[in-house]
Amino acid sequence: DLVLSKVERRIDVTSQIARVTKTLKVVNSGSESVSEFALTFPKFLGNNLAYLSVAPSEGKGKSKRTLVNLSVREADQKGLPDSISVYSVALPKPLSKGDTLTLEVVAAFTNVLQPFPEKITQGEIHLVMLQESAQYLSPYAVESQSLSIKLPNARIESYTKFENTKLQGSELKYGPYKNLQSYSYSPIVVHFESKAAFAVAEKLVREIEVSHWGNVQVTENYNVVHRGAQLKGEFSRLDFQARPNPRGASAFRHLLARLPPRAHSIYYRDDIGNISTSEMKSDSKKTELLIEPRFPLFGGWKTFFTIGYGLPLTDFLFASEGKRFLNISFGSPILDLVTEKLIVQVVLPEGSKDISVTTPFAVKQSQEIKYSHLDIAGRPVVVLEKNNVVPDHNQHIQVYYKFSNINLLSEPLMLISGFFILFITCIIYTRADISISKSSPSYLAKLQWDEVLATLQEVQSIVQKCLATHDKLEASLRDLSRTGDIQTCKAARKSTDSLLKDLSKELKPLLGFLQSFPSASHISPKVEELVVKEKELQEKLMAKHTTVVEGYEKKSSGRDIENRIASQQQKIIALRQEIEDLLEFIDEI
Amino acid sequence: MAALESPLPGTPTAMRNAFGNVLSVLILVLIGVLAFSIRLFSVIKYESVIHEFDPYFNYRVTQFLSKNGIYEFWNWFDDRTWYPLGRVIGGTVYPGLTLTAGTIWWGLNSLNIPLSVETVCVFTAPVFSAFASWATYLLTKEVKGSGAGLAAAALLAMVPSYISRSVAGSYDNEAVAIFALIFTFYLYIKTLNTGSLFYATLNALAYFYMVCSWGGYTFIINLIPMHVLLCIVTGRYSPRLYIAYAPLVVLGTLLAALVPVVGFNAVLTSEHFASFLVFIIIHVVALVYYIKGILSPKMFKVAVTLVVSIGMVVCFIVVAILVALVASSPTGGWSGRSLSLLDPTYASKYIPIIASVSEHQPPTWPSYFMDINVLAFLVPAGIIACFSPLSDASSFVVLYIVMSVYFSGVMVRLMLVLAPAACIMSGIALSQAFDVFTGSIKYQLGASSNSTDDAEDNTSTNNAPKDDVSAGKTDKGEEIVKERSSKKGKKKEREPADKPSVKAKIKKKALVLPLEASIVALLLLIMLGAFYVIHCVWAAAEAYSAPSIVLTSQSRDGLHVFDDFRESYAWLSHNTDVDDKVASWWDYGYQTTAMANRTVIVDNNTWNNTHIATVGTAMSSPEKAAWEIFNSLDVKYVLVVFGGLIGYPSDDINKFLWMVRIGGGVFPHIKEADYLRDGQYRIDSEATPTMLNSLMYKLSYYRFVETDGKGYDRVRRTEIGKKHFKLTHFEEVFTSHHWMVRLYKLKPPRNRIRGKAKKLKSKTSSGLSSKSAKKNPWV
Repeated sequence: DLVLSKVERRIDVTSQIARVTKTLKVVNSGSESVSEFALTFPKFLGNNLAYLSVAPSEGKGKSKRTLVNLSVREADQKGLPDSISVYSVALPKPLSKGDTLTLEVVAAFTNVLQPFPEKITQGEIHLVMLQESAQYLSPYAVESQSLSIKLPNARIESYTKFENTKLQGSELKYGPYKNLQSYSYSPIVVHFESKAAFAVAEKLVREIEVSHWGNVQVTENYNVVHRGAQLKGEFSRLDFQARPNPRGASAFRHLLARLPPRAHSIYYRDDIGNISTSEMKSDSKKTELLIEPRFPLFGGWKTFFTIGYGLPLTDFLFASEGKRFLNISFGSPILDLVTEKLIVQVVLPEGSKDISVTTPFAVKQSQEIKYSHLDIAGRPVVVLEKNNVVPDHNQHIQVYYKFSNINLLSEPLMLISGFFILFITCIIYTRADISISKSSPSYLAKLQWDEVLATLQEVQSIVQKCLATHDKLEASLRDLSRTGDIQTCKAARKSTDSLLKDLSKELKPLLGFLQSFPSASHISPKVEELVVKEKELQEKLMAKHTTVVEGYEKKSSGRDIENRIASQQQKIIALRQEIEDLLEFIDEI
Repeated sequence: MAALESPLPGTPTAMRNAFGNVLSVLILVLIGVLAFSIRLFSVIKYESVIHEFDPYFNYRVTQFLSKNGIYEFWNWFDDRTWYPLGRVIGGTVYPGLTLTAGTIWWGLNSLNIPLSVETVCVFTAPVFSAFASWATYLLTKEVKGSGAGLAAAALLAMVPSYISRSVAGSYDNEAVAIFALIFTFYLYIKTLNTGSLFYATLNALAYFYMVCSWGGYTFIINLIPMHVLLCIVTGRYSPRLYIAYAPLVVLGTLLAALVPVVGFNAVLTSEHFASFLVFIIIHVVALVYYIKGILSPKMFKVAVTLVVSIGMVVCFIVVAILVALVASSPTGGWSGRSLSLLDPTYASKYIPIIASVSEHQPPTWPSYFMDINVLAFLVPAGIIACFSPLSDASSFVVLYIVMSVYFSGVMVRLMLVLAPAACIMSGIALSQAFDVFTGSIKYQLGASSNSTDDAEDNTSTNNAPKDDVSAGKTDKGEEIVKERSSKKGKKKEREPADKPSVKAKIKKKALVLPLEASIVALLLLIMLGAFYVIHCVWAAAEAYSAPSIVLTSQSRDGLHVFDDFRESYAWLSHNTDVDDKVASWWDYGYQTTAMANRTVIVDNNTWNNTHIATVGTAMSSPEKAAWEIFNSLDVKYVLVVFGGLIGYPSDDINKFLWMVRIGGGVFPHIKEADYLRDGQYRIDSEATPTMLNSLMYKLSYYRFVETDGKGYDRVRRTEIGKKHFKLTHFEEVFTSHHWMVRLYKLKPPRNRIRGKAKKLKSKTSSGLSSKSAKKNPWV
């Protein structure tokens, strides 16, 4: 059978977690080789055991310690009292007779530091109590053992005293004890002040969303509670602000989150908006986020908040054997935070296949589908659940999956085709004639009306051209006044004359066409009027032109000519005005 | 003008038309982007969060809607507010906004775009202001052409008055209601211009949406009848008018009655009577016109006498019925808010609760300049432009601006209704002015370029009449104008669009201005526009973006954030029992229910004056009496807002007189005079003992003196009157970081000891509390 030749136990209670480190030297003094080793804890500790790892360390040198953890499972308690919990450790190789093995055991317990008194006022200090055994509880005989408890650097209210108990500074030592029977037990109680933040996340949901566009988005929802002694009575802000140290020592204001390096787009908010009290420091090694909840947390007070950050994909996603794997830490980045219920959801991109997860410790696994940005099939979500998580669980997990890069393009293509279809429908809708009945009177009337409008536009453009020719005529007159070249002027008149005639020829069929439509009955008189007016204007202009040219031929003075054409000029202006009015009227149709 | 000069018919004109259309669509899209993005200052400077008070309620309702669905929403009885009465939310809320946002959220989520309800709510207002500016374009286009439409849309996109109610996060009814208002008006004008029943039906639907969205729909249902009446009186009756009006009244009223909050009010209250009266009148007029058409003039005269006599009788009967109806209802059939519109002094006389809201006060002159800025100067020009020529549509906008100016003068909140009218008017004014000036410039430049060598012409820019005929439309001149227009930004880029161009030409002929004058005037107009833009951006960024639940102050060592409200709401929501009741003044009711999820006694929906008065009475009573009132209401926590430490002026001490007034209005033992020293409201050593012993005073200043030793109140700028006192019936449970919110818990009643119980009894029977106990229905 086994004998523990030497046991050293160190309990660290400087934070809210009691972290126990044990060095066990196991000797097989029996005749058969042994391949299993039993670890026992008192039940009240065993129930609160959050983390347990056992590693063999060969030799005494510190550097030689191997990091291979041995597999640990909860063993059934055959013939043992209920007040003991047992874990069995599979040894790396069977321990044959007379062999020695050194085991390093790390165990973390939550909720073992009981606040006492359970309710304190704002001004009182926060005292907690630790119960342990001065002697190592073991199914094996122990030859030599010692216990040291590292207390926070503060007041120590009381502790159980035995003859070989020593208090050195903030370190309390029990032992050494020699040659004790198996299952020897001597309870001790340490009552001391704790300044640590008793921050407990009742529930933490971490969503890790992988985007192959280059980002891993982490969103963490915390329900945090202060699990220390509850606050009783008033909370006075005055006292808290004026004398924060005695009057608020039991509260914590800050939490420090140590995020991976190159974390970006960090936010800190709760369900009613952004929380502005946070501070970030970052360098190439790490990103430190100091967050302050909306209010200082006293014992029993709760709060809720969300932290989110993006991480570069290249730091976390790797490829191996045709598969990709995400290598990311499991627990919360907040230091010294105990999580009662941790749910990690790894959201993989749409179209991932063959998903498998490896974790360094047992977790509950399941899979879900999440629909996010324009998903059709949905994204596979790996859900990992674990209760009672301590910072020691902050180890990397690996999620393996297969993903083809073509899937990346599906959503942009979908968007593009969506817009494409939208525009195409718009084009078709505006171009196509989608009236139901092609023979209904309203449809025919509409067609007719379209024709009328087209004709009107033609008429308009011809009249405009006429007007433009008129302008040319006027221009030629001005040239005349400058150069005195009568011949060119006459030529201009001739050309415009013929041009105008052509135009009026063009107008005629249009007019007839317009009159043939019943729906244009209220327009055609106006159009006719326009044409008549235009004709008149033509004549007037010609007359004026002739007069001016004649005047120049007769070499009469400019003033004289002007006097002669003055009346004509007025009429021209009036006519022109009328034509423009008519044009405007037609235009408004 | 381009279209008119095109040498070939057909293609170039069509091309230019298309170009103009594409350009105006592009400009409209840009206006939409502008309207959306100018409202994002609050998100950029602060955060994406719901603002102020009412938006929190709407947000909460939207959350409920998105979680539980529409049927649950209609039947929702909210037990988190007005404890112990509760409130039937489905039947007392204008559902337009929540349904809109809920639908958007649902649509996005069914497309798998996972936006939170909060995000949708925050951005609903900016999105709808883009819609509103497009609706303004449509409306103004119907009135004065697309040029004016674009100008008006651009102005509306950034008018500060509208920004103040529609920045991102300001999730209030007005955000969608202004869009609905303008769109309803547009459809009315469109129906009036086309006489199409299709648009008339759409108009009724738009009106329905407006009724769903905002109580301000009564503005529509009174303005449109007034316009119809105006048209009839000025002899502008036409079948189009009938089509525009009659379906609206019938369909609109039926649809409005479908909205639970309106229900039978749509036919019963006086706000709607004008529409029915005009409905009768328009039928009479239609009949008269019809008879006039089928009868000879002689017969018609006979008929007129007949009809008039019968009509008089009918009218008399109807009027008698109306009068009887109006007289039978207690407030004369008018709601308090409507009455205070008709008689601005009504609220302050009779309903202190309406008067106590700052947005129900009349505005000051500077607020006009602040809210509509240069538009105030452009509006008269726009009105003049509307009169030349006066059409049905332009007479409508004139009526609209006149009415809205009156209403905005009564209540500062209705400045919002004025803003679109002012934008439309200013858009018309600007567009006409630009037409005139650019027309003149073009004409002048055309003239000079045409005769650059002509010595005579260079000197004579003023002999306009002669050049008039010959000048103008050479290609060169046009090119110059086009170049300029492209430089001068979008307001003039629409110039190539052919429609207003002809008008411009007419104008040009009528009013040709000298080149220098028009250039200077143009520059001045552009400067005016620039000032407007600068002011709007400033207003959006500085004045109207603060969410009011987060305050910031700029000090020497950087930006300081005061997030006290959310700090204490978060505390309440996480550290009190879910069914605890929190009493506070009604301003904070909506926020407490939405952010802290705790039951409140009164909230911002001030429907029960007595209940509010009870809380007001408690706040103004001494501690013991207040404790009894609160205890009778199951209150566990009392929340007060206190700004004395950091100088936050809108705290409860400054609102205290309203609590006294409202409380005193129902419980007469609270007298305003008891709280005033010689008519002055003060909290220093001169204050009255009633004041110094009131619960509000004590809860605000509890242990305040210990902060600086003197108790100097930074808001009132004085030392407080009573410095050292203890609370016997309340205990402080939470005070926020800057002391802005203080939460107190009611101490449990003490066990009765024989002697003490007697003593207590004698005290209460003599003190104020017994009175309040009698009056207070909850005791």
